[in-house]
Amino acid sequence: MFTFDQLKEKDPELVFEAVDLRDDQAAIVPREQLLNVARRLKEECGFLQMIDALGHDRMERNERFEVTYNLRNHKTKQRIFLKVRCDEGDPHVPSLVSVWSGCNWHEREAYDMFGIIFDGHPDLRRMYMPEDFEYYPLRKDFPLMGVPGSIPLPHHEDADPRFSVADRGE
Amino acid sequence: MLDDALQSEGFVTGKLDDLVNWARKNAIWPMPLGISCCAIEMMHFAGPRYDVSRFGSEVFRFSPRQSDLLIVAGTVTYKMAKVVRKIYDQMPDPKWVIAMGVCTVSGGIYRTYSVVQGINQFLPVDLYVVGCPPRPDSLLKGLMMIQDEIGHDRPFKRGSIIDTAPQQPITIPIPMIEGPAPFQREPAKQIITHA
Repeated sequence: MFTFDQLKEKDPELVFEAVDLRDDQAAIVPREQLLNVARRLKEECGFLQMIDALGHDRMERNERFEVTYNLRNHKTKQRIFLKVRCDEGDPHVPSLVSVWSGCNWHEREAYDMFGIIFDGHPDLRRMYMPEDFEYYPLRKDFPLMGVPGSIPLPHHEDADPRFSVADRGE
Repeated sequence: MLDDALQSEGFVTGKLDDLVNWARKNAIWPMPLGISCCAIEMMHFAGPRYDVSRFGSEVFRFSPRQSDLLIVAGTVTYKMAKVVRKIYDQMPDPKWVIAMGVCTVSGGIYRTYSVVQGINQFLPVDLYVVGCPPRPDSLLKGLMMIQDEIGHDRPFKRGSIIDTAPQQPITIPIPMIEGPAPFQREPAKQIITHA
């Protein structure tokens, strides 16, 4: 059974904080070491599949954005989580596409929704929102009904002004 | 008098409006724009159980160039709105729009930044079919209402869609020439059949 302490024993230079996450193991890794840890997890510890990658906005906390990678070892049927955090002023995190290529679209989605920039990502474009959209809609300070006028609609001369989003407030 | 004479010759007199409306309303070719779950109900509307071919609309054209009725079936996001409008603009001109389902009508449950809160913000909508999703019979009823609307249309009225004539009324001069006497048709000979 893998524990993060084994990884530390192998390479004492690695510095990360191992936490117990509701009976699952998680590690909060500083972003300088993320690529190294991820590569070791895949090549030496058998975590061959990246199940999921999530962005997370920890509003009003010290390091605002967090990316969680959900990893799985199919031989031992074990699941671990890898977390990395970054500040709002410097939202850069190393991309793990070079380790698990399945991260590609997940990281694009986190970039689209939170504005976290993944360094070394081969194709960091927006996933869902229009490419000229200026905001990151899943940030906690983004208004629910969006910023009026930020996405233009096609022109329609008979449109009823009573139904425009700008007048609805919110 | 004239009516009787024409009818005996096998003619029917009437307004050209009625003829055009009759032809239009019984062959409304829909452009299915199934962009989310309402599309499943729209497929039932076309399928054998509800069978829209009873109303002459079974010819679903997946090309806007050949269709008369745009059925917007599903949630329209801001990103998709440009596509919907482009498809509408590509349709030839006597055209109608049905907004199917509450997402299309008003945004529905998606009261968020990404969903257009009603497609009437960028499209002229003729008919709203509400429901989440609406049953196929609701859509059939909607189609029948569109047919009614077309039946009351006056396509040759000045200012209507197909009117491209200049504002001055045109009178076509009828040549006043005395022609031969009207052709008198002989009564049909009785056909004798042998048993």
